Amino acid sequence: MKVLSEERTRILFEKLTKYIGVNVKLLIDRPDGTYCFREKKDRVYYISERLLQLAQTVKPEHLVSAGTCFGKFTKTNKFRLHITALTYIAPYAPYKIWVKPSAEQQFLYGHHVIKSGLGRITENTPKHQGVVINTMSDIPIGFGVTSRTTAECRHADPLATIAFHQADIGEYIRSEDTLI
Amino acid sequence: MGRKAKFDESKVVKKGPGRKARKQPDPIFRKELLEDDSENKKLSHRQKQRAARRAKKKAEIAEKRKALKQAKKNVKEKNDDNENEENLNSDQEIEGGFTDDNKEWLTLKKNVKTKAKMQSESDSGNEMSSAAERDTDDDDEIEDEEDAKISSGKEKYKVGTLDDLFEDSDNDNEDENKSDNENDTSKLTYDSDSSDGDIKDDDDDDEGDDDDDMLPIEKANVKLKKKQKLDKKLADEEMQLNISKQDIFAFPTEEELQNPTSLQDIHQRIKDVVHVLSDFNHLKQEGRSRCEYTDLLLKDLCMYYSYNEFLMEVLMQIFPVQELVEFLEASEVSRPVTIRTNSLKTRRRDLAQALINRGVNLDPVGKWSKVGLVIYSSTVPIGATPEYLAGHYIIQGASSFLPVMALAPQENERILDMCAAPGGKASHIAAIMKNTGALFANDANKDRTKAVVGNFHRLGVVNAIVCNYDGRQFPDVIKGFDRVLLDAPCTGTGVIAKDPSVKTTKDQKDIQRCFNLQRQLLLAAIDCCNAKSSTGGYIVYSTCSILPEENEWVVNYALKRRNVKLVPTGLDFGTEGFVKYRHHRFHPSLKLTRRFYPHTHNMDGFFVAKLRKFSNVIPEPFKDEDDEAAETNNDKVSQENGDTNSTEQKDIIANSTHTPLKRLAPPETKEPQKKKKIRDNNSEESKVTETINVKRNKKHRKKKNKMKGKEGNLQVGISSQENNSNKNNETEDSNKGDNSYNIDSENKKKLQPHTPKLAKIVEASSEVKTQAHAGTESPKAKNKKKSKVIKGNQVNVMNSLPNKKESNVSNKVQFEASKKLKNKLKKKKKIGQINEKNKNKETKFQQMNQKLKKKGKSK
Repeated sequence: MKVLSEERTRILFEKLTKYIGVNVKLLIDRPDGTYCFREKKDRVYYISERLLQLAQTVKPEHLVSAGTCFGKFTKTNKFRLHITALTYIAPYAPYKIWVKPSAEQQFLYGHHVIKSGLGRITENTPKHQGVVINTMSDIPIGFGVTSRTTAECRHADPLATIAFHQADIGEYIRSEDTLI
Repeated sequence: MGRKAKFDESKVVKKGPGRKARKQPDPIFRKELLEDDSENKKLSHRQKQRAARRAKKKAEIAEKRKALKQAKKNVKEKNDDNENEENLNSDQEIEGGFTDDNKEWLTLKKNVKTKAKMQSESDSGNEMSSAAERDTDDDDEIEDEEDAKISSGKEKYKVGTLDDLFEDSDNDNEDENKSDNENDTSKLTYDSDSSDGDIKDDDDDDEGDDDDDMLPIEKANVKLKKKQKLDKKLADEEMQLNISKQDIFAFPTEEELQNPTSLQDIHQRIKDVVHVLSDFNHLKQEGRSRCEYTDLLLKDLCMYYSYNEFLMEVLMQIFPVQELVEFLEASEVSRPVTIRTNSLKTRRRDLAQALINRGVNLDPVGKWSKVGLVIYSSTVPIGATPEYLAGHYIIQGASSFLPVMALAPQENERILDMCAAPGGKASHIAAIMKNTGALFANDANKDRTKAVVGNFHRLGVVNAIVCNYDGRQFPDVIKGFDRVLLDAPCTGTGVIAKDPSVKTTKDQKDIQRCFNLQRQLLLAAIDCCNAKSSTGGYIVYSTCSILPEENEWVVNYALKRRNVKLVPTGLDFGTEGFVKYRHHRFHPSLKLTRRFYPHTHNMDGFFVAKLRKFSNVIPEPFKDEDDEAAETNNDKVSQENGDTNSTEQKDIIANSTHTPLKRLAPPETKEPQKKKKIRDNNSEESKVTETINVKRNKKHRKKKNKMKGKEGNLQVGISSQENNSNKNNETEDSNKGDNSYNIDSENKKKLQPHTPKLAKIVEASSEVKTQAHAGTESPKAKNKKKSKVIKGNQVNVMNSLPNKKESNVSNKVQFEASKKLKNKLKKKKKIGQINEKNKNKETKFQQMNQKLKKKGKSK
């Protein structure tokens, strides 16, 4: 568990801002104690200071995970958000997409969201904006990046991709071993 | 638009939105209301004729009935010697509602007796016509009619009016008395007459009107019933005879036993034997002992349910035979799938609704849990619904709720789950804590911790630290937990339905290995707990095994060795834990523990015990012979694992702040060697620990003399007598263990559940993790094993040949040297600097090992 370097912190926050915008600061300034980002084996964990102290008693080689894993830095030093971050991303995301029940399963298998499966979309969503994907019953099931604006979606082809798949909760089953 | 006209009557108007969904049905009137007007109708000529005929026939029937009754009475009288008694009986019978055959009729009549009386008086002699005038459909009227019928019959026979029923009966009695005086032949003729009459009557009935069909049917019914009754009675008698004759289960011959025919036969035999054992004194075959029966049962059960004999024997000791069969049956069928609502993300009601919408048939698991749901059937895979993936629930056996409920975690506590994988119980704890406080989820298996991490993230648990330690080392890492949950690894005899391989694979050694590990884990769990915690200080020990060795005995062991006491688990169901089992006599408070069985609670077999730690002081170690014996036995079993209790706990002591010893050291002959060993190890590790150890040894020597008197310090008052009895048995066990060890030393090489001490030290010094439970074996590990085998032999030698100390010493010296070399070797290997010298050393070391082996074998 080490503190993120200046550069990595910047990369991480840039990525988070793509999804939750200015709400990033809500992750840092919390009323229930201070929370921080820590890095372990290129994985980034979001953990409260109090828990962090306890976690430091565990030897690094025996520590598997502490707090919530947000994602990992790739070899090319880019940050990749994992589905495990959904707990924190979903409530703060300003832009959302709702998929129809028929398209739920498709998305959970790792496919993009296409126009025919689009149930609702937040007004004025810009292009290439990070969005949280919900079911029609408001269960967050993953996140992606829009390929069109809301306006463009209206006139899109039924098979046209609306949002590119980034992560979905199906990964808990599909890639449990590589999650952490 | 208007409604569609209903032109076609048969065509039903379509239902649908906008129309009245449900058509009001036609009104249904009560029968009486409908029939009312018909009463006033006048009967036609034909009808009158028919009614007259009907009345006539009824009269005949009544007559016949009476004849029948009398005939019956005659028969009865024949049976009875005492006439007066007979009269009394008949009187009673008549008063009580006549004979069985005619009960239906005559009770009915009785009910409306007064009514009938009034009618008969008013109608005077014209009853027949009056009866005919009434409609037969009406219930009340039928009754009236019947009155009329009977009265008319009686008119012919003896009684003129229907005035009194009892008069009739009196007359009957008179008849009886008369017939008593008559000889048997007259009775016979009477009977035959009546039977003739029956036949005639039947003929008449066939010819009779449709309306009268009721009567012959009833008649036939009565007859049939009578016949059936008789048959049944006879059959019963026969059965009784058969039972009394046949009940003694014939013990199968040798041939039969050797050539089992079919599983059905075996099943039948099991049933029979169980029956015999249930009432052995009466049902046993002469000259057969109970042992023979139980042996037979054991073999049959093993065959039928495909268990190995050892496990079946153990189970037979736990359950009475009847219950055993139930348990075995219940272990064949899997328990219903249950899920636990994740209260961090949703509520049970919402989840149930969502799942029902997906086509899942479910129900709450019971009143005892507010988060459990039972899944009866499902059209979708229950482990892959979007709700599951979103972490709204987790699939978890109902029994897994229990330890967490017993633990009763509070918010803002620090809680440890020592054997957490796959994280079901741990996430339950986090959910109850509402993500506050801190939860340590530990598991010894690194691969399985991934499942814990996955589940935690899916379920939204954010207050957890997942770590990968051997649970026994955990007190070295961090202590002072408010609550500790230990769901210890076990043989899994409670979840045979889940994993049927348990039936055949478990034997004595497995169980010993299990409970040895469980004891160490439990002690470690107790050490992790903080007795001074304001809210907690509780330890919950649970297993999915039903064997007392792994449950009560382990808890009993901990009660003796730590400052803990049992407290009620807070679970209002489940059976009490055993206080005595075979020769074991456990602490009486063990009845506060809870056992759960598949056949009684419809959940996996489970054991839950809740302990409260009342002092952080680790009591003085003492030598409890029974446990010691068991352990030496176990240690020998797992000697090649290099993980004796003493070595394990030495480490703990070296690191713990408490000075007193946990365990008594081995016999004095070993002392110098031990010291040396410790020094060797420590010199490699650090000088600080060495000094501690030396100190410890000194203290230890002083204390050893006191040991014998220390039993008074026991927190648990178990009488010495009990201890003695335990001792004896234990020593027996240990002897067995010794023998088996010598024989099976080859096999035991394969068993390696514990972390070797040496390996541990090396681990600590070089930061490379060796996996305790890994199946892969490096050449290093093999070397280790060899040396351990030697060690094991050495112990045996010492036990058996105390006189040959000198040879032992030389052995030891050699052994120590080899160990030293090995350690050095390892260290260097780990660092990755293997040079020529080391290689030489290695070859030397191997040679020495071989020598030692030979020696050991020769001895």
